[in-house]
Parts: sequence; structure tokens; C-alpha cells
Amino acid sequence: MNNFPSHAHVVVIGAGIVGNSMVYHLAKLGWRDIVLLDKGPLPNPGGSTGHASNFIYLVDHSKEMTKFTLDSVKQYKELGVFTTSGGIEVSRTPERVEELKRRITSGKSWGIEGMHLISPAEVKQLVPFINEKIILSGFYTEGIGTVDSLRGGTLMREAAQTMGALQVFPNTEITGMQVEPTPGSGKRIRAVETTKGAIQAEIVIITCGLWSPRLARMAGAYIPLTPAVHQMISVGPVPQLMDTVGEIKYPIIRDMDTNMYERQHGSDMEVGSYAHRPILWEPDDVPSIEKAALSPTEAPFTKEDFDPQLEQALELIPDILGNEQVGIRYAINGLLSLTPDGFPVLGETPEVKGLWSVAAIWIKEAPGIARAVAEWMTDGNPEIDPSGSDIARFYPHQKTKTHVKARSAEGFNKTYGIVHPREQWNSNRNVRLSPYYEREKVLGAVFYEAMGWERPTWYESNAKLLDEFGDRVGKRDAEWDARWWSPIINAEHLAMRERVGMVDLSAFAIFDVQGAGALDFIQKMAVNQMDTPIGRVTYTNFLNAHGGIKADLTIMRLGENYFRVVTGAFDGARDKKWLIDHLPAGPEHGEGPVTLTDVTSAWSTLGVWGPKAREVLQSITEADFSDKAFPFATCQWVDFGTVNVLASRISYVGELGWELYVPFEQGARLWDMVREAGQKFGIAPVGIGVYAVTGRLEKSYRLYGAELEQEYNLVEAGMARAKVKEQDFIGKAAYMKQRANPPAALLCSLTVDDNTSASGIKRFMQGREPILTLDGGPIEDARGRRSYVTSAGAGPTLGKYILMSYLPPAYAKVGTKLKVEYFGEQYPVTVAAVGATPLLDPENKRIKG
Amino acid sequence: MNILVCIKRVPATGGKITLTPDAQEIDARMLGFTISPHEECAVEEAVRLVEKHGGAATVLTLGPNGATEQLRDAMSIGVERAIHLETDGREFDPIATTNAIVNAIRGDGTNYDVLLFGNEAADTGDFQVGVRVAYAFGYPCVTGIKELAVNGNKVTAKREVPGGWEIFEVLMPAVITVKEGINLPRYPSLPGRLKAKKKPIATSQPAWQDGGLEKIKLMTPPEEAHQVEILGKGAEAAPKVVDLLERLGLL
Amino acid sequence: MILTYIEQDREKVNEASFEALTLARQLAEQTNAPLHAITIGSAADELVERLGAFGVRTLHVASSEALSAGNTAVEYAPAAYAQSIVEIIHAQKPAAVLAAGSERGNEIMAHVAAKTNLPMAANCIEVQAGDAYIVTRQRWGGSLFEQAKLKGATKLLTVAPNSIPVVTNSFVAQTVGTNKFVTTLSENDLRTRIISRVETSSGKVSLGEARVVVGGGRGVGSAEGFKILEELADLLGGAVGGSRVVTGLGWRPHADQIGQTGNRIQPELYISCGVSGAIQHLVGAKGAKHILAINTDPDASIMYKADYAVIGDLHQVVPAISAEMRKRRG
Repeated sequence: MNNFPSHAHVVVIGAGIVGNSMVYHLAKLGWRDIVLLDKGPLPNPGGSTGHASNFIYLVDHSKEMTKFTLDSVKQYKELGVFTTSGGIEVSRTPERVEELKRRITSGKSWGIEGMHLISPAEVKQLVPFINEKIILSGFYTEGIGTVDSLRGGTLMREAAQTMGALQVFPNTEITGMQVEPTPGSGKRIRAVETTKGAIQAEIVIITCGLWSPRLARMAGAYIPLTPAVHQMISVGPVPQLMDTVGEIKYPIIRDMDTNMYERQHGSDMEVGSYAHRPILWEPDDVPSIEKAALSPTEAPFTKEDFDPQLEQALELIPDILGNEQVGIRYAINGLLSLTPDGFPVLGETPEVKGLWSVAAIWIKEAPGIARAVAEWMTDGNPEIDPSGSDIARFYPHQKTKTHVKARSAEGFNKTYGIVHPREQWNSNRNVRLSPYYEREKVLGAVFYEAMGWERPTWYESNAKLLDEFGDRVGKRDAEWDARWWSPIINAEHLAMRERVGMVDLSAFAIFDVQGAGALDFIQKMAVNQMDTPIGRVTYTNFLNAHGGIKADLTIMRLGENYFRVVTGAFDGARDKKWLIDHLPAGPEHGEGPVTLTDVTSAWSTLGVWGPKAREVLQSITEADFSDKAFPFATCQWVDFGTVNVLASRISYVGELGWELYVPFEQGARLWDMVREAGQKFGIAPVGIGVYAVTGRLEKSYRLYGAELEQEYNLVEAGMARAKVKEQDFIGKAAYMKQRANPPAALLCSLTVDDNTSASGIKRFMQGREPILTLDGGPIEDARGRRSYVTSAGAGPTLGKYILMSYLPPAYAKVGTKLKVEYFGEQYPVTVAAVGATPLLDPENKRIKG
Repeated sequence: MNILVCIKRVPATGGKITLTPDAQEIDARMLGFTISPHEECAVEEAVRLVEKHGGAATVLTLGPNGATEQLRDAMSIGVERAIHLETDGREFDPIATTNAIVNAIRGDGTNYDVLLFGNEAADTGDFQVGVRVAYAFGYPCVTGIKELAVNGNKVTAKREVPGGWEIFEVLMPAVITVKEGINLPRYPSLPGRLKAKKKPIATSQPAWQDGGLEKIKLMTPPEEAHQVEILGKGAEAAPKVVDLLERLGLL
Repeated sequence: MILTYIEQDREKVNEASFEALTLARQLAEQTNAPLHAITIGSAADELVERLGAFGVRTLHVASSEALSAGNTAVEYAPAAYAQSIVEIIHAQKPAAVLAAGSERGNEIMAHVAAKTNLPMAANCIEVQAGDAYIVTRQRWGGSLFEQAKLKGATKLLTVAPNSIPVVTNSFVAQTVGTNKFVTTLSENDLRTRIISRVETSSGKVSLGEARVVVGGGRGVGSAEGFKILEELADLLGGAVGGSRVVTGLGWRPHADQIGQTGNRIQPELYISCGVSGAIQHLVGAKGAKHILAINTDPDASIMYKADYAVIGDLHQVVPAISAEMRKRRG
């Protein structure tokens, strides 16, 4: 073809709903010289978009996914391809009745209107062919509907063409990718090779769904997803539907307890299932268009997998599905993309600069995600924070086929599941073990996983503390509240606050930044003044260009141009990419003035905190641990016997104490020393349940991903520093502006005044619940953000149950009475602290010791 | 009346076919399986005859373990029971197939009034098993049938030829091989599918024999690219379209 | 001797017989055997002459009282036809018998095979003589070939139509000897026979039965837009249907949907107008013998399934076709 370009600024691979949405949003943001390729024909090139059931439910417990969905619905409506039908999630079990209440509370948190908990009779009124006798309740959302995703995609693609931004080449298969080395050991995309010729490109975006891993591999990158089967049948012609006009008249049913849905499609009823065994495919096994019986992603229906669902569907919709004249006209094992954690895979691949992934996306969220990624590509600041979907979140082990398959398989049946916020994965565990692991096991550690790390959440051996602390520990009578939880956590908390505790923090991600330009580099990244005396530990943040909070971490200055960056396991991989992306360039093909070394696997960390922490540590070292010799926010190299340790005096639990950084292979020895020395001070091993929840909440310490995210800024988070450093840093201009203007919301700590439910049981919020006005109305700030619980947990020392939430200034006043909704009931709460002021020990006397 | 319908499990090919590395089979790893299309119509015809005249339809197949899927498919639209002549996956040639079927019918004990076959199996295209079975029982046989009616002890069968129909009439019991187009097979309903799971399948393992036609290997023919013939652009193409209609005998 | 069955229906020769004859000729040459032919009823002089050009030495012409009673043309009865071939097999023990892989050719040879209990290979395209023959034959309607070993004292095979170029000019023409004989038929051989014939009739029909279907997609634009499709369908005695998009938008009732979840059609010609060609739609239309696509987009999916296409706006093309039809009908 003679008009096939040899160069483009951006090449987008895959013309499904995602690729079409991407080119549209890029074009709208002013991008030009875009080429869209697909190996298939248009408008349906044969990917998952072509066989999607195309209905959109609005509520998800994830804020990020709900926001993408709401934005997508808005866009589909603007395109004129959305049909509102309403939708009902029905419950068949008491547990599901409760879950539907929880879903409504999530919906309220994310700003969804028109949600109703309805009775079986009301369900029957809306959907006359349903057997209401087997259901207990329904969660009806008015705004649910269906979308013509092929049409929507076509319209967006054509709009980009009309803007003069886009050339489209269907029937063009990618045969290879060319990369070139960047300074250091990195790679950058150079060109895509196709059946019609090669195109040089600065940016290549992979939007080809379940084929994405294969394309990424061509460039040496990873997109961790797997093709998986979702079974769907379509039955018809249904007499009750024959005379309806248009695609859909009746609300869509989600039969949550059987993992199925029933959706009218013209004269047919589509029945889909997420109940069958996980059926995973290899991208290479997906047939070509020529070889596929239907389309490549409409795989042969395996009947025996669906048989158990037939009976359940028949039970719910007997009037239609029980009709012998109504036949199964279409049945597929539809292929879609699953990821190890259920979230999409978005962003520039960490392996190859300029190569972006926009994959593992459902119809319901595609245009919203595309807008966010386009904004991300344009200026690094998407309106909706996509951090949970960031491709950079994955650590190497999470990109292995074993992990991707194990977790995707495990996650599949949770699609409609009732998933507890603390629920743990069963598959592929014990992947990353700290040097203390064997000792922790002996102590009855209950391990929760953090990006592969096994972290003790509490220790069963501490059960003996329950008696000691008695009523102060608290108990939970509601099974849901007590699930994945133990009162021992609270006992450990009290033991630490009153004596001393030792905490395994080996999951920290640790990066050493060195080289002639290290100080300048760190200055550019961090909000705080980093030109500090050597040995200073600084708690700081990274911002994006628009002042959104990008990271939350501590940095130790170990030398003139030597910094050690410590961040959480959940953020480490993403923060690493952010750092690497901003490393100053060196001479062509040479080393730059700064190097970043990931030393996570070299250093384990043991935290020792509590009033007795100094005494414990002083008893095993000759180094001076007095406040004068070892002040707060400093670090020193000290010897514990033969073990040379980097001790850092900071705290995330508000107590006197140190983080002890020790070479991995000497970790066990250090553990033994501390534990032995601690015996006479009553040291207890303390789990992450204290470190990440109760300990920090009493101190109102923020957590990245809960309170801190790109959608909020430091002023709102109550973390604006007294002074702004002279030196420039990323986001500084925006930060200055934020400081100059009144914040739209302020992060507050609230306490629950009375947590007794209507049935007399004490209830404990788990986070993400809506904060409401006294008359039960939602609270929205000037930027349209609803107030919801960012973190929730016990404060055993305070004797209060603590919630954190952003509140508009009118409400962000100590003493304001508000409500929180939990499982359909509302409980009174009071604003107890505003901004950084902690609930416990506001003068920080404990930390000073 | 009692009707036996003989079917075959074949890969559901939709597009380009690929072979296994030993060239003995179609690579069906990623394909589904289906009842060979003519036979799918034979099943529908059997069910319709029973609906009209009473009696029961039985479905028979010679094939591997997985062929129970096709037997259940047939039973899900109204066939009452199934006979599975289970193979170890080796292909039986037409004579071996005939012998296996004949032995099974003799052993079954039912006096079938009509034995329905597909005109030819989609995969092997042998065009002969139905005829051979008819001779084994001394029954009359009509092949390639696209319309069928039973009247008393007589079967009237129509074969489509260019421009019209040839009409045959035979006495029962008879063998009829049918072609796609004789009917539009119904889709299984949910209740039908559930009932089929409970219907009986009698299984036996016939011995493989060398019937004199032995597969050496399969080959894919040289590719012919699909070429659409562009008749023209816009309204000006109308005369060419009408020429085409004329050529296809549609005017 | 290699024997070829020359298929005739009411004295009209099926041309595919000459493909069988071409392959038979190759076999005769491979094995240095004489080439014979057999036909039922009678043989016109020009047929005999044509057979000579292939090197046929003897033409056996079979007849019987039962088949030609009352001076009418010989009517078709597969077992009776087969019996004539079986008699030659018994009498002359040919090395092979070949026939066209036409519907009748395959049927008659199946009867021959059943009567003699010999193996038979249908739809061959190549053959290598030997103790057993190595044949290449079509499977899957020609989508796949099989190489197979064919045994038997007399090898029975049919030749796939339209698969072998008919070659005559390289042979030394023979003077064909004619062997007329009367086949002895049993009652059973006459049980299955054509008792009458009917002509195809036409009239307004349902989507499932229509010989021409005019289908509309999103490109039709509105419910009213279907008027021009109705008009064309009326002129052709066909039926009108629509894609799922069209019924989904309420432009046509659900009963008119063509697709996997609607009507499956099997017309001689499907004229698709403004249909992009969603797989779900194409599955419903895959029974169509021919597809003519009218679409503005030459890259639309339908173009990869269509046999014929007009690139253009259906709103101009469809009325133009109707007008052209009226013009020609006068």
C-alpha cells in the first residue's frame, strides 16, 4: 500500500473499544500524527469488544474503577450509544442481602444516584418474568444500561480522523517491534513492523486486549494478563420479548449468588456466567481470524462447564428459559483478559520507554480509562488517579506466567463474589520471605501478603496478652467485622504502647540513589528540603506536575551524594519507575550523573518501638542511643555485636523507637538478639495489623493509596510543610498555588460515637463507607468529591474507633457531628481532629521518649 | 414408529483448517465439535417424524469418548436414547463403520422403521455408509433427500435437482440419507438440555477392522485467497448487478 | 481393464464423467490396461465418438425391460444402474471402476460397493496404481485432501467434479466397440426409483426459505430507509431482513433479524445493504450461496465474506438496481 506511513508520532495497536477510545482522547488533547492498526477488519476486528455483552453496572467497591465507569457512561451518552435499562442485582442468600447493602454504601461513597434496595415483589414488577420466590432482595440502580461498543468505537475513531489526527489501517498485523538502547541499561521503542511495512514511532500504545502480552514480548516488555473464558449463551426467540421495540426494555439481572447475569438482547435473553471453572488460554493459542470458527475470541462453547448454571438460570427465569420453544441459539466461551489482581494494566511499561499498555479493560470502563491515560501521556496528571491500575505496580515475580495464571484463576470466580477488603489470596504464596520468617512461623504468625512478601499481621502466640489487657482489647461480634481480623492485634498494640514491640518491615522497597547529581536529583523529586546534614532522615512526598500526591516515603541522607529511599511494598515498584523516569540523562549511551540501585532484597528491616525501645536496644549495643546522641529523624551505622546495622530513628506508630536496617543474611541474628534482650522488658512481636492500622490511626498518620493519592494534594491532606524550599521540585508551582488557595477538603480524624446497630450488635466500619450529614445526605466538596472513609480501625489506647475522611472546610471542624453508613445503617460520628493533628499524644512526647 | 438416526462427531471448523503435526487429524485443540451438518438435519427430521407420527427416535454414533457430547446434543432436541459405539480414536473406514453399525442395530433389538443418515459425513465425505447399511438389512435406500414424508408404510422422499425435484417412494423399513436444507434444525432449549443429561446412552466398543480404505495422511490444499469481485461503484454498478442476478438465475 | 461409468440423465451426459474418464485414462496408461466405459440406456453417436477421443476401446450399454418400459426415457433407479456395473465387474473383472463424484455418481458407486462388498473411495483427484491404489481424495468438501490406500480386487472410485482438467488430445483416438447388454434386475433393484418430477415454483417467501434475501444494516439509516430494500425484494420475489443493530434500534421487528440469534438464511443470493458484517450476522447468513455486499466502506468486514460487492451508498445503489430491473423487464 503506497499510502502506508513509514513514520508516526504515535502508533496504537488494536482497534477495539480501548484503541478507538485512546485515539479519540489523544486527538482531543491535541495529539497528531497518530496511526491506528489492527490485524482484523473494521468495525469488528475480532477481539473481545466484538462479543461483549455490553451492559454497564455502575457500582464497584473500587473507587478508581467506579470513577472510570461513570466517566465512560457519560462519554457513551454523549456519543448517543447508551441505552438506559436499569439493572438489578438480586440476592438469594442472607449473606448476599448484606453484601448488596454494602454495595449501595460503596455506590454512595463514589457519588452514584438512583440506587434502591428493593423487595422481591418490587423486582417482579420491574422484571415480570423473574421467579421472585427464590430471591431475598434486589439492588436496583436506575442508571444501568447497555452500550453499542462497536458503534461507539467507530464514532470515536471517526472523530479522531475528522480532527486530522489519525490514519487507520485495518487488516495490518504486527510482526515485530524495534527497540533501541537508552543511556544506562534501558530500552526505548523505535518502530513497529507490520505486514504492510515498518513504522518508526516515538510512542507505541498496545490496546489489543488479550493479545497484549504477545505484543509486549516482541519489544521485551511484560503485560501481565491472561486470556480467560467467560461463558455466555443467548436463547430465543422469546415470545415475551418478540414485540418489544429496540435492543432492551427490561432491567438487566445479575444473579450474584450464582455468578450469572440475564440480559435481554432484542428477542433473546443472554445468560452469562462467571461460575464455571477458570479456563485460561495462552495468547498464542487464540486462533487467527482465518482459522476461527466465529471470531478469534469467540471460542467453542464447552457445554459441560455451563451445565450447572442452566439449572440455576432456569430457576430464576422459568417463564422464559423453561419454554421448550426457546432455544440456545448462540453459545460461546468468550475470551477476555484477566489480571493477577483484577485491575487493568495501564501506563508506560517499565521495561521499554515509549511503549504503553492500555489493557485488561471492560467495555464499562474503556472510554474513561482512555481519557485518563491520554491525560497521563499528555502532562502526567490524569483527573482520575489510575495508580491502582498502573502497570508499574507489578514486581518481577508478579509478571511471571505462573503468578498471572494462578491469581487470575483464583480471581475469576470472585467476579461477582463477596470479597472482604482484607481477604487474602490462596495461590502462589510464600514467594518473598523475610529473614525472620521461620521465627515468625514458630510464634504463630498469621501471614498476609504484600506484593509477594509474607508479613505477620498478628501472632497467635500473643493470645496470652488478651487476658492481660482484658476489655481494652475489644471484641467483634459481627462475623464480617471480625473476618480476617483478630483481637490479638489490639493486644499487640497495647503491649507496644505500654512496653515495646518488634515489627518485621522487610517488605519495604529500598533504593539507593548515588552519584554526582544525586542531591540535585532528590531535590527535584521531593517536596522537602533534602540538602540536610548527612544522617538526617526525611519523611517526604513526591508530587506530580499538577501537585497531586505521587508518593509518600522516607529518605535517609547517607552521604554527600548518597540517599537511601524507603517506601512501602504496595508502592515500591511504581515509585521506582517514577524515580527512574526522572533520572537525569547522561551523555549518549553513557552513564548519567545519578544511579539508582534497588537494594530491597539486600536489606531487611526490623522495627523496634515502645517506651522500652531505647532500653532494649541500648542493652545490646555500645553505641549511644540517648536522645542527645541519637535524636529523632536521624540515622546512624551502629554495631549490634557482629552485626553492623543502619538504625533510623523514626516512627509510623507514634512511639520511641528505631527501624533497624540489616543485611538480609544477618537478619535472623539481629532478630534473636533483639528478642532475647527484649524479654526482660516484655517485648512482643507485633504484626502489621498494628503498624499499618491501629498504631498509625491513633496518630492520624496517612497511608498512600488510602488517604494519599493523586486526586488529593498536600494542603488537603494536612501535610503542607511550614516552609517551601527554595529549590525547584516536581509539582512546585502547583503546590504553591494549592497553598495560596483555601482547600476544597481537609483530611480529618473522626471517632464513632455509637456503633450499636439496630439489632444491638456493635459494628466496625472497614473503610470506603460514605460520611453523611446528620440528615443522611451525601457530602461533596467543591471539586465534586464525595466524603468517604479513607481508613478505619481501632484505637485501643484511645478506646475509640477511628475513621479518617476528607471533609469540606464547613465540616472539617473539631466537634462536627456527622454520620457514617455501614451495611445500610447510619451511625453517629464526630470530627475529633483536623489536618495533621494526631488523636493520641498531640505533642508527640512518646516519640521523643 | 421407531427411527434410528446415525450421526458423526466432527470438528467445528469455521475457517482455515490446520492439521496435527503427524498429519493424521485436524488440529482440533482450539476447535469445538459438532454433529456433521447433514446429520444434524437428520436428527431434526427424526424428531419431527416422531412428533408427527408418534414412536421414538434413537441416535447412534461411532466415535471416541467425547462423542457423547453429540449424542446429548441430539437428545436435547427430542431424541429419546442413544447408542454409543465407542472407538479408541482411530478412524473406521466405510466398511468397518457399516459393520459396527449393523452389528449394533442387530444387537439393539429394536425394529426401526426408518434409518436416517446424513448424505455424507462432513469430515470423510465417503457417501456410502447409509447405502451399505441398507444392503446389509435388505432395505431400500434413498440418498440426498431434502424433503421427507411418511404415509402409512410408505416414505415419500424428494431430492432437489437444478430446476426442480425428483420424487422417490419406498416402503418402510428404509434407509434415507438426508441433506442440509431438508429442515432448519431447532436449537436445544434449556429444559431439553437438562433432560438430555438424564437420558440413557448404551455404550459398546466395536472392534476396529481394515475395510480396505486406509488413510495415509491428510494434506491442506494450496491456498486460494478469497477475492471479492467488485461490480462497480455507486448507482453505475446497477447493470452489472442485474447481470449477476441473471447469471444466478434469479430473474 | 479400467471401466468408467458415463452418467446420463434422460440422454444428457454429465460432463463430470469426462473428468472421471481422464483419470481412468491415466490409470489405463499406468497399468497398460484397456479403457472401457459403461452407460445406461442408450448411447448417441456423438457420445461414442467423444469416448473414442479418450481412447475408450469398448462402451458397454446396459438396458433392461423394467427401466425402459413403454418407450419412455430410462428413469433413474440407483440400484438398477449399479446392477449393470456389477454385471460387468463379475463378467470382466475390471481393475477399477471410476465414476463422476456427482450426486448420482457417488450414489450409484455406493450401491456397487454395497452389492460387491468392495471398498470405495469417493471424490478422488489423483490416483497411483499399484497392488493397492494410492489415491488423493477430497475431504471436508474439498477444504482438505487425504492420501489413502484403496484395496480390493476391483477398485471403486469416484472423481471429484471440477478438479481435473479434461484431456483428450494426447490420446490416440480409438474406434469404440459397443457392447449392448440387458441387465438382469431383481425386484429390489427397482424399489428405489424416481416416480415423478416437479418443477420449482416461486412466490413470496419467508426469510428462511427465500431464494433472494435483501438485508439491511446500520447504513440503511432509519425504519423508512427499508422501503427501497422492500421494493428490490419484491421485484426479486425475495424477503427482507436486518442485522441485530437494526432490530436493536427498533427499525425492524425482532422477527426480521438475520444472525446467530435470529433467522439463519440459506438463499441463492444474499444482498447485504449497509451491513458492516458483524460475525453474529455473518453466521446467520453463512448458508447463503452467494453474497453481494453494498457498502460505502471497502474495508468493512462484510467484504471479506462477500463474493460480489458494490462500493457505494445503498440509498443510491439499491433504487438503481430496481430501476435497471424494471427497465430490462420493459
